[in-house]
Amino acid sequence: MTVDQTTFRRALLDPEAQRPEGLGDGQGRDAGRRFDVYRNNVTVSLSEALETAFPTVAKLVGAQNFKRLAATFLRQHLPSSPLMMFYGDDMPTFLEAFEPTATIGYLPDIARLDLALRHSYHAADAQPFDPATLQAIPPEQLMASTVTLAPATRLIRSKWPVHAIWAFNTVPGAPKPTMAAQDTLILRADLDPEPHLLPAGGGAFTDALLNGQTFGAAIEAATTEDATFDLSTMLALLIVNNALTDLKD
Amino acid sequence: MFDENPKRIDSLPNTPGVGYKPQHFSDITNDPGVVGWLEIHAENYMGDGGRPLAQLRHLAEAFAISAHGVGLSIGGETRLDPDHLARLKHLNDWLKPASFSEHLAWSTHGAEFLNDLLPLPYTDATLSRVADHIDALQETIGRKMLLENPSSYLAFTESTMSETDFLREIARRTGCGLLLDVNNVFVSATNLGTDPIAYIEDFPLEQVGEIHLGGHDEEEDDHGAPLLIDSHGRAIADPVWTLYDYVIAKGGARPTLIEWDNDVPDWPTLEAEAQRAHVILAKAPA
Amino acid sequence: MSNTVKTIAVAGAVAAALAASLSAPAHAQAKEKCFGVSLAGKNDCAAGPGTTCAGTSSVDYQGNAWTLVDAGTCADIELPTMADGAARTGSLEELSRDLPA
Repeated sequence: MTVDQTTFRRALLDPEAQRPEGLGDGQGRDAGRRFDVYRNNVTVSLSEALETAFPTVAKLVGAQNFKRLAATFLRQHLPSSPLMMFYGDDMPTFLEAFEPTATIGYLPDIARLDLALRHSYHAADAQPFDPATLQAIPPEQLMASTVTLAPATRLIRSKWPVHAIWAFNTVPGAPKPTMAAQDTLILRADLDPEPHLLPAGGGAFTDALLNGQTFGAAIEAATTEDATFDLSTMLALLIVNNALTDLKD
Repeated sequence: MFDENPKRIDSLPNTPGVGYKPQHFSDITNDPGVVGWLEIHAENYMGDGGRPLAQLRHLAEAFAISAHGVGLSIGGETRLDPDHLARLKHLNDWLKPASFSEHLAWSTHGAEFLNDLLPLPYTDATLSRVADHIDALQETIGRKMLLENPSSYLAFTESTMSETDFLREIARRTGCGLLLDVNNVFVSATNLGTDPIAYIEDFPLEQVGEIHLGGHDEEEDDHGAPLLIDSHGRAIADPVWTLYDYVIAKGGARPTLIEWDNDVPDWPTLEAEAQRAHVILAKAPA
Repeated sequence: MSNTVKTIAVAGAVAAALAASLSAPAHAQAKEKCFGVSLAGKNDCAAGPGTTCAGTSSVDYQGNAWTLVDAGTCADIELPTMADGAARTGSLEELSRDLPA
């Protein structure tokens, strides 16, 4: 009796499934629930990885709910790579269709924020250029230049107050969120990613830069979205957080 | 960005080492005590940058590093993941670890990674598959690897050879070395009703480049027989220390890792385990 | 606003941003970079904490068959069900029963 890995794997994730035959306890008896050690470990280890990856989602729904949510998710979306630090990319879209948490409309965007923080944490290091360069070149040239943002930069645009919800769950004493659309920019000044609430128009500005548009086009996009866009506040945020890494004509 | 030719230590010393946990970074860099080297799980250092790599670059200048893979699925029926082989090559190229090791287990099936070290039957078919995969890995990373004996919770009735014969033959065919996990020996022997001393007597100790010691949990199977779980979540059990003492007395001193991965203790508690290994290593035959 | 006026305004904003960023605190250097919060890597070779041979119950993951059993911090956040103000049908009653408002 051979037990191939397809048979073994099929019984692993379905506790109702028959355990494979051909497994023993080494002393002539059937392996019985010894097989469940593997069943258990696959489920527990993946569930733990998800809990680590989505701390804000876990806090919002509570530990027990998250375990059940994770047990459902992992059976539909097993990891496709051995890098557990990036497990869970499918969580936001999974949550969009997950009935038990459907009344928590902001949950998918919070999952996007948790994911983005983790990707930012592991992103490549980069050196900022001297921001004085922005002033040293003629303004017309600056408007036609492209500005590269650090690889750890991540933008989350949301109809929900995502930054406020994150802060409420993370920063001691942060106020209760009120309804507002918020754009959040994750920046990693050095090694610690931090979500920053963007000023009006900042989402369009950053989005344009991340898509390789010129500095001038990004300002245009920002002021089109919100006429009160404040470029100096936006730029100061990027400079202070070492996010401007390249300037090209 | 950083030094192209960094300072590296190219072999593990015959001292205790510990599984590196970021919460111990300052303790280790301030005063490592008897701890002479560090082991990392390779897959946790496969991001593009940030703090994990910054810490590892820093530590690798002062300590010999053992890179321990937990995700290649060497025993898998499907071919080795070429992307993962490339990641392992990249890590070995820049880190230049003193040792690279992996497990006798499978964890990937087709496109799915199951995140557990799953068991293998000891047959000729498994032998040739594992040997082919180790050949492929060693060729990719350009160095010899160490293969670790597993913790077993069950046995395959189809097995035609013992685990020690299997490992000896793998080492002979591929030229790889072995990583002897003494806790795994004790766990498997207890779970399968065999004699751990007989296992050590039969083990090719001359091939062993590294030893692992870790804690286990105690459970029971359907018949009330003890079922030990390789949890790495507590201190090493006394009978495992006794078995380790036997291994060192017979085979001589070896780099010995204290593995504590769950409920990670504070540094003094971990270092005390390393002290215990240090005492045994100190009386090893030359 | 003409292009010239816009360019002058941008030059002013760049100058203001540089001035503002100079007064910000400097970031840690060298070895200190290594200290700080580390996100756990989750690749391990041990059985996960709490792993036993007790079987997982299928109740734990039967998709939509369960309702929320305990409340996390979402119970303290008073936001509409959907961003456009619409309530998702079907689940709202379940939620209000299980979560204190």
